[in-house]
This record gives sequence, structure tokens and C-alpha cells, in this order.
Amino acid sequence: MLLLPALIGLAFLLVPLIGLLAKAPWSTLPAKLHSADVWQALRLSLVCATSATALCLVLGVPLAWLLARGGLPGRSLIRAFVTVPLVLPPVVGGVALLLVLGRRGLVGQYLDSWFGISLPFTTAGVIVAEAFVAMPFLVISVEGALRAADPRYEEAAATLGAGRWTTFRRVTLPSIAPGIVAGTVLCWARALGEFGATITFAGNFPGRTTTMPLAVYLALETDPDVAVVLSLVLLLVSVVVLASLRERWISGLQ
Amino acid sequence: MFRRTALAALATVAALTMAGCGDDSPAASSSPSSSSSSSSSTPAVSGTIAVFAAASLTGTFTQLGKDFEAANPGTKVTFNFAGSSALAKQINEGAPADVFASAAPKNMDDVKDKGTPTNFVSNTLEIAVPKGNPGKITGLKDFADKSKKIALCAVQVPCGAAADKVFKATGITPQPDSLEQDVKAALTKVGLGEVDAALVYKTDVLSAKDKVEGIEFPEASKAVNEYPIATLTKAPNAAGAQAFVDYVLSDKGKAVLSTAGFSAP
Repeated sequence: MLLLPALIGLAFLLVPLIGLLAKAPWSTLPAKLHSADVWQALRLSLVCATSATALCLVLGVPLAWLLARGGLPGRSLIRAFVTVPLVLPPVVGGVALLLVLGRRGLVGQYLDSWFGISLPFTTAGVIVAEAFVAMPFLVISVEGALRAADPRYEEAAATLGAGRWTTFRRVTLPSIAPGIVAGTVLCWARALGEFGATITFAGNFPGRTTTMPLAVYLALETDPDVAVVLSLVLLLVSVVVLASLRERWISGLQ
Repeated sequence: MFRRTALAALATVAALTMAGCGDDSPAASSSPSSSSSSSSSTPAVSGTIAVFAAASLTGTFTQLGKDFEAANPGTKVTFNFAGSSALAKQINEGAPADVFASAAPKNMDDVKDKGTPTNFVSNTLEIAVPKGNPGKITGLKDFADKSKKIALCAVQVPCGAAADKVFKATGITPQPDSLEQDVKAALTKVGLGEVDAALVYKTDVLSAKDKVEGIEFPEASKAVNEYPIATLTKAPNAAGAQAFVDYVLSDKGKAVLSTAGFSAP
């Protein structure tokens, strides 16, 4: 009963990939891959997506904890705000980031005049844009895991004399590890594929802000074959990274 | 309060972006009532006319479409505005288009089944700077200054190719901070003051004239961009297609286009 829709669902997700594979210019592929730009863009993509994920972990897990355990008033409203980057078209997210962190932005103008920091058009800007778009994925997953976890273990730890931080580190974190892993994976994948906010906030300059999705988009304008090749490289790398990491983390944890 | 300011600012940007798309040029008031009598004599123009036009024509063609409908009761002009290369691809894949107006001859050449293209306008590059010119940009040579924040279009898109041509012809090596994916993205960066200057089209500067200033430069003549228009052989509405192309090429059409900053071809 469930098998048929499940298979249709799988096919729905896989057919576009098959389309890419079928259209790929296999004969000229090595030549097209040989350009330095591809590896530069791929390296930048991996560095930025990983840094953005690290940033999301540092800020997002505590935020999820606050949402799940903090007992804040107006929690559902805060949760709705957390999902804003999910709803916002990424390009609008990029514009919003420019308005706040840009050279003339609400915060950015002080960053610029006091510290000489200007985020647009820099690799740091790419990381900020990716983290902005990807963080909700992490927060929502971790919050879900936290709410499913039994708070009595934490209470027990507290009655045995563990402080708040020790309880969080030794009891809460291990119990929600699968949720964190799932959220991290989603967050990293979203950051890796991020296009709109990145190109709007950080611009596009090879070696500095041109990540793979940006390179794919521009290649599409002139040589669609190259765009297909670049997409395949990005897909392959992400599948390999996600499959291997996920296996290792989850088996190591249990 | 903070959020309200941000929202207001966001709205300003939205307005700026919109201004790029739908500028209501003064020529909009070109009396449609007087023309209706003359063109009603042309027979068999009715139904829907699907016009595929370059994104940079959004404002002018929307206006021309309205004027055309008023002049030819019973017609409805629908538009598909996008990058010329994407439009050419769609047409070749069988999209039901009657007219194609491209921002570059190359994209027109890519389309297989079409009538003879006519160049109907041309567009020249102009330096766009934020209001007040905070970067003190005076000419094209400032684009080689590393200390200035510069945005150019990526060389893969028409405005970037034109800019590349200008820089090659003048021997200036630009030092861009960003290579934008299209001309409107470059214009947005100028409007927000994130860059000191960008090379965009004259029509783009006019479309955002409350946010940016234009600086003309003599070397722009090295890369004039011609816009061809053609009917398509597989047009579902061939008579309508021809009538619309004629309208664009008419004096009324030219008036709307030149008000928006386009030059004669």
C-alpha cells in the first residue's frame, strides 16, 4: 500500500538526476574538468559550506535548546521567526543581509567605520549568507530532537549535582546526537547548494566568492555542457561526503 | 523600531528593483485613442499575441503592449520577459511564441524558425554611481583603481561582454570586486551603495534615476548593443505577430523606447 507512492516519490527525486547524467557530455568531460576554475570553485564551496555549518552549530544548537527548554514567552512566535529564512526567497534574504551588514547597512556601516570590516564581496560574506539560509534546518531538527528527548534524565542529572552546563554537555547532547547529525547534514547540504543569497550578498568573484552553484549558473549562460559537468561534480562530492560522514557519525554514536 | 527601519529599507529596495522593471515613462501617455481609428483598418488582428522579450525591455514593452491593445481592440498581448539566451532556448524547445525581441543579435541568431530580424533599438553602456557619487568616480579609468568598489556584469551575460569589449578597446584593466549575474543585480548593488560604480546600460540608469546617477563616457561607443526583433515562423498568431512588430517599429513605438533611454539602431 505504501510501496507504490514511496517508489514514485523516489523516482520523482531521482529522475532529474538521471536527466543530468543522460545529458552529460561524457566524451569531452575530462577536458572540461581540467580547468582550474572548477577545482577553485569546488574548494571554495566546501570550505564555505563547512564553515557556515560550524557557525550554525555554534549558534543554532543553543538556540534550539532555548526554544525547546527555555520556557520563553511567545515561543511559537520566535519559532516562526527562525523559519523566516526558509520562507524568504534567498535573493531577498541576500538583499536583507546587505541592508543590515552591507557597507551602508544598519550594522555594517559601523563595522566598516569602526573596524574596517566589510562583509560583501568577501569569502566571509559567503559564509554569512550560507549560514543565514541554512541555520533553520539545523535549529528545527535539533529542536525536534530536544522535544522528543525525555527531560527526566536531565532532571535526574540535576538532582545528582550536575550543573546546567554539565547536564547539557553530558546528558542532553548525547541523547539528541542523531537529531544534531541530521540537522548538520541538512544544514551543510543547503549551504553547499546555496545560490541566491550568496550572489546577492557576497557577489561573484572567482576564487573569492564564486562557489559551485554560482559557477554553474554562469556556465549555463554560455556553455550548458559545462554547467552539467559542474553540477555533476557538486552532486558527486556532496553524495560521497554525506553518505560517508553520516554512516560514521551515527555508527560511532550508538 | 529597528525592524521597522529594516522593513522600510527593504521596501525601498523592492521599489528600486521594480523601477527597473516597470518604469512608467512619460511617453506612456501617447494617445491610444487617436491611433485606434488608423490601425482598425488593418484586418484580422485579434486574439492573443505572445511576445518573448529581453528582460531589459520589461518597462518599455509592457507600455507598448498596453498601447497596442488600446489601438487594436480585441487583442491581448502577453509577455515573457527573461534573459535573451533563456528565451532563445525556450523558443527552440517549442514554446508558443509569436514575437521574439532579443537584447543581442547572437541570441536572435540562435533561434531557428523566424522571419527576418530588424534591429529596432540600441543600448549603450554608462557608468552608474550611487546618488552623490561617494566614490568620486570621474571616468572609466577609475575602474582600474583597486581602492574603489566596482561591480561589473559577468562576461557570460551581454552587459559583461559589452564591458569587456570596452575595456579591451581602451586598454584599461578593471579591478572588479564582483561579477554580477545580470545587469539588474549590478544596478541593485549601486543603488544600495555597496559599490562605488558599475557599468550598466543607459536605460538601467534611467530606470533607477532616484537612486543612481549616470556618467557617460566616450569609450561607450566601442560597444553598442543592438536589439533585434522578429516574428516567428511557427507563431500561433502570425497576423498579430506582424502587427506588433510593426507597432514597435512605428513612430509611436520609437517614442516610448527613446524616452526610456534607448537610441536608434
